[in-house]
Order: sequence, then structure tokens, then C-alpha cells
Amino acid sequence: MPVAKTIKTIKIIGRRSINAVWRIGMAARFFFLTLMYSGSGFRRFHLIIKELFSTGVMSLIIIIVAGLFVGMVLGLQGYETLKRYGSESALGSMVALSLVRELGPVVAALLFASRAGSAMTAEIGLMKATEQISAMEMMAVNPIARIVAPRFWAGVISMPLLAAMFSAVGVFGGYFVGVVQIGVDEGSFWSQMQAAVDFREDILNGVIKSFVFGTAVTVIALFEGYDAPPTAEGVSGATTRTVVTSSLVILMLDFVMTAIMFRGV
Amino acid sequence: MERTTLDLWVGIFVVAGIAALVMLAMKVGNLGTYNVSETYQVHAYFTNIGGLKPKASIKSSGVLVGRVTDISLDTGRYEANVVMSLDKRYQFPRDTFANILTSGLLGEQYIGLMPGGDSEMLKNGEVIKKTQSAIVLEDMIGKFIYNKVDEPAK
Repeated sequence: MPVAKTIKTIKIIGRRSINAVWRIGMAARFFFLTLMYSGSGFRRFHLIIKELFSTGVMSLIIIIVAGLFVGMVLGLQGYETLKRYGSESALGSMVALSLVRELGPVVAALLFASRAGSAMTAEIGLMKATEQISAMEMMAVNPIARIVAPRFWAGVISMPLLAAMFSAVGVFGGYFVGVVQIGVDEGSFWSQMQAAVDFREDILNGVIKSFVFGTAVTVIALFEGYDAPPTAEGVSGATTRTVVTSSLVILMLDFVMTAIMFRGV
Repeated sequence: MERTTLDLWVGIFVVAGIAALVMLAMKVGNLGTYNVSETYQVHAYFTNIGGLKPKASIKSSGVLVGRVTDISLDTGRYEANVVMSLDKRYQFPRDTFANILTSGLLGEQYIGLMPGGDSEMLKNGEVIKKTQSAIVLEDMIGKFIYNKVDEPAK
């Protein structure tokens, strides 16, 4: 019967939508609970420091190496394109603007999601699977205050720092390829860059972007871990979902924020 | 890991991040190059500003002496009113000439100041009277073509 089949399909769509909305609502509730219990997290600051080590310091190498190579590729490709118009001297401003406005915050956040976000999800999912979280609740320790809030703040603090390092290293990568290797004039490289990059418009907006990305990635990672079914399969699925969802959310948020921030003069 | 080594690494991480931010602000951005604290403002009316934008540079003899802060249309005289803030260190005579120039053939536009010979200096809020509008490339090409047409055939 085609009618019964159609009704069944519509039912499936309905159930999927209800699930999706329910999960978004749960994630929002989880986010507010995290913020609410952050106070006790700050009182035990060494917990945040410990998490800063595993999310921030351990992500340093991948961020620095990736930033260097992205900057070098930008220098190379930018030079090839700008050469056609005889404006190689604008290479510095091109490299710096694309890094500070877009690539720094976005690529650093994508790397952060796959490097630190997936680890957070797996860690919390496994804690749940081995019933450590239930044990904490039995001991009247709030798992959100003890486990979730420090990780959240560590992610929010380290993301802008990582993005800034990415951009800074990328600028030097572009400098290395453009000035040292190809031979663009050093003076015009830096002076055009400084003329084009505005502190408030470009650098601060980049920092705001990476701050928002850091919040989004850590909330998604922590929620997926906390919400994961307590099985091996469930944890692996949650880890995958963290990387996929946070990457998509980063790119969507980036478009929205760029549309708001850089409307053109 | 031991608590102190942990603290050390996190400290290095935070310091390196802040250093990167400061480096971006000073070396990449314009925070270290232009001090906005001590300026005075002067106005100038132009019949056509071309592609001049706020924050465009103001140069005298090629040296950066200030920035354009605001551009608006004065409906009393139907001319563009350009507000410039100039560095306090540089004083200009009252009969200074303001031109809208272009850096390179297709580069961005800026205001060039040519000092006159007046012994009195421009003060805050005063108006530069002698101005020259932007040279619009299309107008120039148009004039060139009309001149060609007007020339008697040989």
C-alpha cells in the first residue's frame, strides 16, 4: 500500500525532527548547567590548569606546524596571483588579512575540534561507560562541576590563544616564502601589511571569532561525550559526531559572523 | 605529571599565546605605527572626492601626517566636507593646499598637503580653503576624446 508507506516515511521524518530538537534543547540545558556550575570550577583552578595542559599545550605542535605551512602556501599562491597584476608588494597585506580574519580562527578551530574535541568526547564517554560519573554522583560530587566545567573553560581560554599563534606563525611562513625565498621587497611587505590590517576591525574580530568557535566546539564535544550511550560503539559514534558537527558548526558560524563583522566600509 | 611542570607548561602556553597576540597587534596591525592621541582637526571642502574613504592617509612631502576621520556631504554648498585629524607635531600654514591624489595608477586615494607661505598656522577646527578635487580617470579620458574631436582635421 503506497499510502501506508508514505505515512510511515512521514512518521520517520517526524521522529527524526523531534529527536533533533530534543538534542538541541538538551545541549542548551547542558550549556547553561555548565555555566551555572562554573563558579566551583574556578575555585579549584588547578583542575582548569590540568585541562589547559591537555587541550592547549598538547595542541601547540599541530597548530604551529599547520600555521607555518598554511602561511607558506598563502605566500606562494598569493605571489603567483598578484604577480599577474604587478602588485607583488601587496603580498604582505594579503597573507596577513586572510590569516587574521579567516584562516587563523577557522583552521585553528577545525584542528582544535579534531585534536582536543574528539579527545574530550572519548574521555567523558569512557568515564560514563565505566560508570565513573555515576560513582561521582553517588559520592555527592557534581560531575558537571568537577569534570565538565574545567574542560569547558580550558577550551574557551585556549582557543583564542591557539588562533593567535596560528596567525602569527602563518605570517612568518608567508614572510619566509615571499621575502626570503622569492625576494619580495621586505619593507613593502611589512608596511603594506601594517597599512591594511586594522587592530580593532581585523585582529579583535578574529579573536572574537575564535572565542565563539572555542565555546561552540567545547560545548559540542562535552555534550556528545556526556550524552553518549555507555558502550564501545556509542563512544566511537559520539567521537565521530563531535568532529563532524563541530566542523560544520564552525564553518556556519564563521559565515554568519563574517557577514556581520565585515560588511565593507 | 607533577603539578609544577604542569604549571610551567601551561604558563609557557599562555605567555606564548599573548605574545602572539601582541605581535599581531604591533607588527602586523597598525597599533604600533600610528599614535592617535595627539591630533588636531581641520576641515576641507572638495567638489569631488572620487574614491576617498575614511581612514585614508594624509601626507605631506610623502610623510604620513594624519588620517581622514569623516566624510559627509554639506547640503549648504553641495560639496564634500572632509574632516582630517592631523598629528600635533606637524603644523601647517593657513594657506595650505589640499589635493586628493592617487598612489600609483590604480592605487588607493589619499590627501596631499602642500604648505603655503602664510605665517599663521592652521588651528583646531579651521577650514583649508584651497583644495583640488580628485582626478577621475573617466573624466580625463572623456576630455581627451572630446579634444581629439574638436581638433581640425589635417
